[in-house]
Amino acid sequence: MKIIKHSFDGVIVGAGGAGLRAAIEAAPHMKLAVITKLYPTRSHTGAAQGGMSAALANVEEDNWNWHAFDTVKGSDYLADQPAVDILCKEAIDSVIELEHWGLPFSRLENGKIAQRRFGGHTIKEGAAPAFRACYAADRTGHMILQTLYQKCVSMGVTFFDEFQVLDIKIDDGICKGVVAYEIATGDIHIFEARAVTFATGGFGKIYKVSSNAHTLTGDGPGMLYQKGIPLEDMEFYQFHPTGIYRLGILLSEAARGEGGILRNKDGERFMERYAPTIKDLAPRDMVSRAIATEINNGNGAGPKNDYVYLDLTHLGAETIKQKLPDITDFVRTYVKIEPINEPIPVQPTAHYAMGGIPTDIYARVLSDASGSILPGVYSAGESACVSVHGANRLGTNSLLDIVVFGKRAGQSMVDYVSSTKPSSLSENAAEELVNKIERLLEKEHNPEYSVPKIREELQDSMEENAKIFRSDETLNNQTKILKNLRERYQNVTISDKGSVFNSELLEAIELEYLLDMSDTTVASALARKESRGAHSRIDHVERDDKNWLKHSFAFKNGDEVKLKYKDVELGKYEPMERKY
Amino acid sequence: MDITLNILRYNPDSDKRGHWEEYKLEAEPDERILDLLHKVKWFDDGSLSFRRSCAHGVCGSDAMVINGENMLACQVLVKEVSNPIKIEPIRGLPVIKDLVVDMEPFFDSYKKVLPYLINDDEPGERERLQSPEDREKFEDTTKCILCAACTTSCPVFWTADSYIGPAAIVNAHRFIYDSRDTADKQRLEILKDVNGAFRCRTAFNCTSACPRGIQVTKAIEDVKRKTLTIN
Repeated sequence: MKIIKHSFDGVIVGAGGAGLRAAIEAAPHMKLAVITKLYPTRSHTGAAQGGMSAALANVEEDNWNWHAFDTVKGSDYLADQPAVDILCKEAIDSVIELEHWGLPFSRLENGKIAQRRFGGHTIKEGAAPAFRACYAADRTGHMILQTLYQKCVSMGVTFFDEFQVLDIKIDDGICKGVVAYEIATGDIHIFEARAVTFATGGFGKIYKVSSNAHTLTGDGPGMLYQKGIPLEDMEFYQFHPTGIYRLGILLSEAARGEGGILRNKDGERFMERYAPTIKDLAPRDMVSRAIATEINNGNGAGPKNDYVYLDLTHLGAETIKQKLPDITDFVRTYVKIEPINEPIPVQPTAHYAMGGIPTDIYARVLSDASGSILPGVYSAGESACVSVHGANRLGTNSLLDIVVFGKRAGQSMVDYVSSTKPSSLSENAAEELVNKIERLLEKEHNPEYSVPKIREELQDSMEENAKIFRSDETLNNQTKILKNLRERYQNVTISDKGSVFNSELLEAIELEYLLDMSDTTVASALARKESRGAHSRIDHVERDDKNWLKHSFAFKNGDEVKLKYKDVELGKYEPMERKY
Repeated sequence: MDITLNILRYNPDSDKRGHWEEYKLEAEPDERILDLLHKVKWFDDGSLSFRRSCAHGVCGSDAMVINGENMLACQVLVKEVSNPIKIEPIRGLPVIKDLVVDMEPFFDSYKKVLPYLINDDEPGERERLQSPEDREKFEDTTKCILCAACTTSCPVFWTADSYIGPAAIVNAHRFIYDSRDTADKQRLEILKDVNGAFRCRTAFNCTSACPRGIQVTKAIEDVKRKTLTIN
């Protein structure tokens, strides 16, 4: 194992939408490296489908204040309203900027960017569904990822592809750089950098049925949590209503935006009972709860009564071909049915972390619940919690989040680098990571303590106890299970002792991040004695603004999770009952 | 059902050349080939290396040769292939380990075609306009996920890796046919080169291999024809 040292001003960890957008902003002003454990174009931004909202008003009257209202209401009033204002206001220029960089949006007859309906987005503060989501068929995320990567190629941005960052160096509360593992060789690379942005995405692999890629293991949040940085609002995890039954593969909300309807085993359009005004286009937390309720009440379809139908059969072949080509192909490929003629079996699938690394509106990472800044460290996208999504994210707002706050992370790196001197790291900087890796390579393999075994139990139990509906009972139960899994993880072993493409080694390290994400999710969920957004407690069914209009901050305290709280930043919109 | 997987293994630390390993396992007919590879890796031999990420055909990580044809392992179900199942790395790129090949030459070719929008005109404060008809002209080639299934299925690429390859031409097509782009001449000059579009012998392997259903050979023919229009 060689140790190689590099010197940069700034490093961006992760090359999805947020990381690439940050790179475009920072690269002209500093010596910058983007480090990704994949190739940039493999990032999960590319799997996003339906659209990116901005009040362009290309189809009908719209303004960003209505978008902000919807986002705050959708968040169940947990979002910080100054941050939401930034998100919705800057959305407009962000979409235009992407278009100027070449993003091939679908177009209206008049040549303007096409816009479609999406869940929870309305005009005039709830009057009717809004045409706000700018889209490129049902592969908007793919187009955003490609466009941002193309822009980086044109700028000559420096990438370290298939290098996995596994440690951050913070001395006396100041960022010094990161340490990475080169996947193809097993060599260790020390990157000196006084500005580091984490844009590592989410951690949907804590659940069994998930729309997330295998690689979404909470690396950035996990790395910082292990260094004493808190994680914010971890109890709020979004389950997307329409994952393909059992597989969890995402079928975009755009399907319902274009007129698709959810039906139970009797063919009933059950969303009429849960959200009389906007029905199937209610926000995701409400629709997922409605599906789970239908299934719990015996109204699910299939031999086990455990799914519902997404019905597109009335849309017509042409609309499906033009507007929903990819998701209908997924159905043909994986379910072997023709969605033009048959309804699709779906169930809620683990999809998006509202919580993550706490940041301010400049993407600067917070080191405590009172708002202190960790100098030189930034985060944007799903790995971060600004918080613009609060307790429940609206569809399309994640693609917006990555470009708006990715750009802000890049700008903050530039500000910081231009006002500070280069930092240095000694070769000892790699010691912690080298020891971790050597322990795994030297320990004799025992299948009892294999990565897949522990991970499978983790995913199964999180699915069982910490999914859509939770209670003291299920969460206490899960706390015990996690304690046991953590103990077993101390003895984890791997069979591959090689240096070239040893993905078993990396899966072992990623498993620790998954355990961290699960611990903080469950501890935060257990403490919050109310139901808000995606966090639904069957033993505390009401929202409790008096006691719980606050963000949770989960700190690592030995093997325990310690919780602190920070008040929500309110604004124009007073919390009110959330009806659609 | 009982499945036999034959995987072409190679570990540079211990092997001079690749060798076949046989794995027997239980699988459901609607499982993905990727699921089988995970079963081997997770419950039989942890040293098996392959790339994967999204597991539903959009990230482009897991192109490999399955029973002789280039496919994404996450996009093919057990019931769609004959048993025993033979799995090899994609061809024409150096093997790093097992099913993992060196993708650098592939991305180098991609970067040669100036794969980004070029237009120095001031775009103004709002979006550039583009009619749905103009947008449709390059719709097919925007779908590329850079998985390399097309390029590594091409017999010309196997014998001459200097050939820029179908994927790079597809990405050039995406910009050449975009009404907002102004650099078609520059790209066509690059593709007129001896290692450019005219090395294509229309074998159509690329079109069969594309997991996104892109009409790759047609896109290459479009580009060839377009090169004849520049001086």
